[in-house]
Amino acid sequence: MDEAKKTPFYERHVDYNGKVVDYSGWLLPVQFPQGLVEEVHDTRNRATIFDVSHMGEVSVKGKDAEVYLQKILTNDVSKLKDNAIIYSPVCYPNGGVVDDILVYRINSENFFLVVNAANTDKDYKWFQENCSGDVKLQNLSAEYAQIALQGPNSESILQELTDISLGDMKFYHFQADVSVAGVNSIVSRTGYTGEDGFEVYCKNDGALSLWDAVWEAGQKQELRPAGLGARDVLRLEASLPLYGHELSKDITPLQAGLNRFVAVNKPVPFIGQEALQKQKEEGFNRKLFGLEMLERGVPREGYPVIAGSEEIGWISSGSYSPTLDKFIAMAFLNPEVAKQDEEVDVAIRKRTYRAKITEMPFYRRDKK
Amino acid sequence: MKYNVIDGLKYTQQHEWARQEDGTAVVGLSDYAQDKLGEIVFVELPDIGAEVEAGKSAAVIESVKAVADLYAPVSGKVIEVNETLLDQPEAINQDPYGEGWVFKVEVKDESQFGSLMDKPTYTDFIIKAEEEE
Repeated sequence: MDEAKKTPFYERHVDYNGKVVDYSGWLLPVQFPQGLVEEVHDTRNRATIFDVSHMGEVSVKGKDAEVYLQKILTNDVSKLKDNAIIYSPVCYPNGGVVDDILVYRINSENFFLVVNAANTDKDYKWFQENCSGDVKLQNLSAEYAQIALQGPNSESILQELTDISLGDMKFYHFQADVSVAGVNSIVSRTGYTGEDGFEVYCKNDGALSLWDAVWEAGQKQELRPAGLGARDVLRLEASLPLYGHELSKDITPLQAGLNRFVAVNKPVPFIGQEALQKQKEEGFNRKLFGLEMLERGVPREGYPVIAGSEEIGWISSGSYSPTLDKFIAMAFLNPEVAKQDEEVDVAIRKRTYRAKITEMPFYRRDKK
Repeated sequence: MKYNVIDGLKYTQQHEWARQEDGTAVVGLSDYAQDKLGEIVFVELPDIGAEVEAGKSAAVIESVKAVADLYAPVSGKVIEVNETLLDQPEAINQDPYGEGWVFKVEVKDESQFGSLMDKPTYTDFIIKAEEEE
C-alpha cells in the first residue's frame, strides 16, 4: 500500500497535539487532547474546525453535463439551481450504492462533485465508464484541500474573513470564487455534523494560510479543533449515513431510508432505476432503524439484534452519544418485525442488552 | 513524562496494575491505559466468585471508540467488584489508581507478583511504548 498522504494542515494537527492516524490513506487526527466527548460538545455549542481534505472532488463540465448527471445520480438534478447543492446516491444497476455524494451546480454546464475519500478512485472510474456526450470529467482531489467549520458560531467566525454575506447563504447553497482571507475558495453551507456550518474548499497552496486565518478569527469565540472520532459520532447523532456502514454495494439507498434522494420516477432513466422501482414495490427484508439502549451497553457495528429468539438484523453504526447522554445505534432490521417503540435485544459479547426502536434523527438542532 | 505511575503497585505489559494486600490483590487500569483509551463509557465486571487467570481477560473496558480487555495481573478468585463503575465508568479516567479500581481477587499464588513490573521498570516500559508509537 502507498504511504499515507499528508494534507496541507498536517503540521497543525501535530501542533495541536492531535492523535494522527492513517484514514483511507490520509494522515488525519482522530482526536485532540480535550477528547472526543468535548469535541462533540464544542461542535454543538460553539464551533470546531475539521480537516476534511481527504474528501474527493470531481469537476463535470460540458453541454451534456446535466444529462450525464441525471443518468448516474438517483436524485433529480434538473431542478437544481445555480449555487445550490443536492445530496445524491450513485447506484449500480442492481441498486447497490457506488457512493453517496454532493453535487454543486456552478451553472448548467459546470458541476462540482464531492465524493468520499475511500471511494474517490472507484467513483472516478465509474464516472468515466458511464460517461458519454459532451462531458469533461476531471479528478481534482489531489489539488483541493477542505476545511469544515461546524457549529453555531461558524457563521460569525467565517464572516470576519470574507466580504460575501454569509447570512444570505441558505443551507445547501454555496458560492464559488469567493475570497476568504485572501484565498480563492468555494464556500458552502453544508456539513456532516447535524449542526449549522460551512465547508470551504481551496487549492492546496493557499490552504494553510486559510486554516490559520480561520483559527485566528475563531479564537475569540472559542473555536477548537475536532477530529474524525467526533465527526463520526456527530453524524451518527444526526443519523447521517456513512458509506461502508449504512450504504454499500450490497445495500440500496431505499433500505437506508434515503427515499427523499431517490427519484424513482425520474422521467429520464438513471442507473439502478429499474432495480430500485422494483424494490420499492416489493419491499425488502432489511431496512435501517434507530435504536436507543435501555440498558447501559455500547452497541457497535456488527452486533446482532434479536427479537424474542429470532435474529432480526445487525448494528451498522453505534456509539455513546455525548449530546444525548445515551447509547444509540443505527441498525438494519427486518421491517416485518421491527416497529417503532418496540423493544429488542442487542447481543454484546456474552449477554444481551435491551434496546428500543426509535425515530431518527436522534438529534435535530433547533433552527432559528 | 505525562503519565502518572505510582509507587507500591505492580504493573503488567497490558497496562493493568495490582495492589498486594494480605493475600488479596486490587486490580485496575494504569493512567497510561486510561489515557490511551479515552473517555470510558462502559465497564463489564467479572462475577463475584469467578476464577480469573493471570494474562486472561477478566473484565471489559469500553471507551467511546474502543473495546479493551482488562487482563488479570494475577490468578485468583474474585471477591469484590467496583459496582460504582457500572454507573460511573469515568471514575477510571478520573482516578485510575483510586476510585477507578475494578475488582479484588484472593490471590492463588503470591509468586506471580514477581513477574510484574515495579514503578521504575513500568515507567521505562511506557516511555519505550511511546517512542515506538
